[in-house]
Amino acid sequence: MANHNASSGHGHGHDGHESHGSLKSYVIGFVLSIVLTIIPLVAVMNGMFSKQVTTVLILVMAILQFAVQLLFFMHLREEKKPRYNLISLIFGLVIMVTIVAGSIWIMTYNAVAT
Amino acid sequence: MAHAYQSHAGAHGHSAHGSHDGHHGHDHHDQEEMKTFGFWLFLITDVILFGTLFATFMVLRLNTAGGPTGAELIELPGIIASTFILLTSSFTSGVALLEMNRGNKKGLILWLIITALLGASFIYLEVTEFIHLVHEGATIGTSAYWSAFFTLVGTHGLHVTVGLVWMTALILQLRRRGITPVTKRKVNIISLYWHFLDVVWIFVFTIVYLMGVM
Repeated sequence: MANHNASSGHGHGHDGHESHGSLKSYVIGFVLSIVLTIIPLVAVMNGMFSKQVTTVLILVMAILQFAVQLLFFMHLREEKKPRYNLISLIFGLVIMVTIVAGSIWIMTYNAVAT
Repeated sequence: MAHAYQSHAGAHGHSAHGSHDGHHGHDHHDQEEMKTFGFWLFLITDVILFGTLFATFMVLRLNTAGGPTGAELIELPGIIASTFILLTSSFTSGVALLEMNRGNKKGLILWLIITALLGASFIYLEVTEFIHLVHEGATIGTSAYWSAFFTLVGTHGLHVTVGLVWMTALILQLRRRGITPVTKRKVNIISLYWHFLDVVWIFVFTIVYLMGVM
């Protein structure tokens, strides 16, 4: 097993090994996450849009923030081929969306004829 | 040396080799990778747990039973401060990982300590907020809104607290054993956990606090 990947080095010598991110990608991720937090904050505090637009805007910002954390910090991009992590994440998200959207839907429209 | 390299979870550029080689090194490698995947599955169950708590909160958020509403009692400045503290701690735990991959034990421990201190100040702010809320008359039994609020926000806080205890134990272990394949995997895993908690907080911040004061 010592005969492969001579280019990426062995033991402790693999700085800049791409599967663990670089300082650059962490800084980009950090800056993006700060920006994606400030935008909804300003939108809410200044009340510059209607309530509906603001709600959609801040939810979109939160989802983008989620993507930033996954891609820049949790290294989802660099997972090797059978993408078990990604597939299990999608599975979990499908269940989660079903629970959240289903609960809201049924509790909003459950008014039986009174 | 090659042993240490092998056990690097998620090492890139291995795909061409696959598991067809089938010798011992790869078995070991796969096992380390499986352990990381197992932790990832735990995080997925946490996604579902928090999803359920968010659903509960969304459904109950208007039921204040004549008691105080969130909008009346929430003090945004403290929440904004804790949000940026947690975002920064997510970044510093990433820097700790970079130091580890460079083989710098001191740097790794230093950045983990910084991360833990940021996490501790987050918890301090949260406890202060909860005391303030209870003082204003909003306890977990006040109304459905506050039950859902304290359960959701409290569960996240509990996760952060567990992460702090875990990180402290890991720092002690790193000081004694240094950077080994096993401690490396543990640092990778706690870093995943920490980023995940940051993600959950972003949704707490957006749905409970920002939408609460809108």
